Amino acid sequence: MSLHGTRRRRQAGFRWAVVGVIGLFFALPIVAMVEFTTRAPGGGRTLDTWATLFNFSVIDADYPELQHGVLASAGLTLLTVTIMLVMLVPTMTWVRLRLPGVRRLVEFICLLPLTIPAIVLVVGLAPVYAWVAYFLGESSLWLALAYVILVLPYAYRALDAGLGAIDVKTLAESARSLGAGWPTVMWRIILPNVRTAVLSAAFLSVALVLGEFTIASLFSRDNLQVAINLLGKRDSSLAIAAALAFMILAFVVLLAMSFVGSSRRSSRSEES
Amino acid sequence: MSPTRTPVPDQMTGTGRGRGVAVTLSDLRRSYGPIRALDGLTLDIAPGEFVALLGPSGCGKTTALRVLAGLDDADSGRVEVGGKDITSVPTSARDMGMVFQAYSLFPHMTARQNVEFGLQLRRIPSARRRERVAEMLDLVELSDHADRYAHQMSGGQQQRVALARALAIEPQVLLLDEPLSALDAKVRVQLRDEIRRIQLEVGTTTLFVTHDQEEALAVADRVGVMRAGNLEQLASPHDLYARPATAFVADFVGLTNRLHAIAEGDHAILLGTSVPLLPGSTQHGPALLLIRPESIEVTADPTGRATVITASFLGSTGRLHAVTDSGETVVAQIDNDTVATFYPGDKVTLVPRPNPALAVAASE
Ligand SMILES: Nc1ncnc2c1ncn2[C@@H]1O[C@H](COP(=O)(O)OP(=O)(O)O)[C@@H](O)[C@H]1O
Ligand SMILES: [Mg+2]
Repeated sequence: MSLHGTRRRRQAGFRWAVVGVIGLFFALPIVAMVEFTTRAPGGGRTLDTWATLFNFSVIDADYPELQHGVLASAGLTLLTVTIMLVMLVPTMTWVRLRLPGVRRLVEFICLLPLTIPAIVLVVGLAPVYAWVAYFLGESSLWLALAYVILVLPYAYRALDAGLGAIDVKTLAESARSLGAGWPTVMWRIILPNVRTAVLSAAFLSVALVLGEFTIASLFSRDNLQVAINLLGKRDSSLAIAAALAFMILAFVVLLAMSFVGSSRRSSRSEES
Repeated sequence: MSPTRTPVPDQMTGTGRGRGVAVTLSDLRRSYGPIRALDGLTLDIAPGEFVALLGPSGCGKTTALRVLAGLDDADSGRVEVGGKDITSVPTSARDMGMVFQAYSLFPHMTARQNVEFGLQLRRIPSARRRERVAEMLDLVELSDHADRYAHQMSGGQQQRVALARALAIEPQVLLLDEPLSALDAKVRVQLRDEIRRIQLEVGTTTLFVTHDQEEALAVADRVGVMRAGNLEQLASPHDLYARPATAFVADFVGLTNRLHAIAEGDHAILLGTSVPLLPGSTQHGPALLLIRPESIEVTADPTGRATVITASFLGSTGRLHAVTDSGETVVAQIDNDTVATFYPGDKVTLVPRPNPALAVAASE
């Protein structure tokens, strides 16, 4: 009895130690960022940098790259998530229904990007993007195509877990026998039952795209991280403040997304 | 073995009859690699008839049902419903209600929404839809569970909702693939009888797939016994049991003794007694006679030429195992109140009753 108690106490202590170390790991850089952005020239503290950051007319006029970067990243996030979902959900459903034999292959292809360093991806994609730029213009939004590849492994994993949790085949066949065409089966039967998985796939994609720097930079395109990097060369304090602000914004966005997912779920079980 | 065809009964009884349509499967073939799941299956179902497909696991029952539903394509052969060839019509346009083994209710919809789904797809006005849903839930006696989700219902209730959902669209044909096999014994019997009652009420032509012989015999107008992708015999439950066409059917449906006998034309001599033979029997020489336990009469007899091994009480009947002097084991059905009078080692006399039986070549 007392032995168990001791052990449990020790385990609890260990757990808190782990949480503490991890917390420190995340907190220290953030604290350092706050410290750095509030330094006054002659020593002491000032909120000048933060005031500038939220003074949109000044930002617009003096730091246009930041505005471009924000807009590009927002567009890229939206595009990447949309393309990813439109591509993956029907394909993965179809593979489960009709081509179970190629499931391993699809999984392999989707997980492949995990093993490819960004620089290799860029080298491989460079000729493709030369054509894209030539035919479709220089817009940064075309980066979304590369980002879809980047988020593929994470999105695949999330969606695969969701589809695995329901009997896709029986549900689809029941709906078909009741007169539903394939679009109806997808929209009204499969999607509502994998909503949580779709949300978490989107969630991971948003996080990845908002934080992406390497590919955008190597292709010399604008996105949020590239803009912050550029800003850092002119005004490091403002750049750090911007980075911190967008980190908090991203955090809020992700939190909101996960909240939407779980509140829908719980509202359903309350109805019942 | 070619399927034995009994004529489709033309006079059906029952209140809902006359609303169903005829179903014909002709020479259906379907292979999965080297496996022939359907090997020339031919089956006629009369309008409003309830046919059960019975057979061991892997004999092609599900494949037959799926081909009829359009969920699977046959390599060759034809599917006709109501005289129309629907071989190339997609599932969603076939108008067939299906009930699967389990987990087929849409988890994000209530019972009511599940039943309503097919009606919405048919663009039925909402007032009429509500009416129909209520009617269907009433039919399966689940009106007070209309707002429950699948995970809030028992397996039996879920299957009833699935049945209501399938019937709501007034399907041409109702297809059930082992709908009871995931349920426990008591619920299984209950729901089985209920399916029969409902089918008689709505009169929809029905194909019911099962590997459970008792289930098939209890619900169906006719039972088709399948073996290796083909129909072995299609007959009424009584005929199937009393007049099996093949040794496979005799063995698969009910208990059967296989006893050495001598065939002599239209009868065989078993244990010194003459037993009439069914059509299709071996007619001459040594044969194995497939004879039911209830076709063997047992009498206590100190000079008898068989010895009791066990006598067991089975509730409404009793069962006696004996071994003959020639070393063959015989199972006989006895009255439940005589069980206690037989002891292991007792001598008994076994006399076959004159019920027709099937004789097969001794090597089979
Ligand atoms: N999709 C499939 N792929 C490969 N083999 C299959 C498939 N479906 C059925 N089979 C095979 O076809 C045979 C008949 O299967 P099935 O119709 O499901 O039998 P039953 O329902 O009578 O148990 C079995 O040997 C099974 O293994
Ligand atoms: Mg089956």
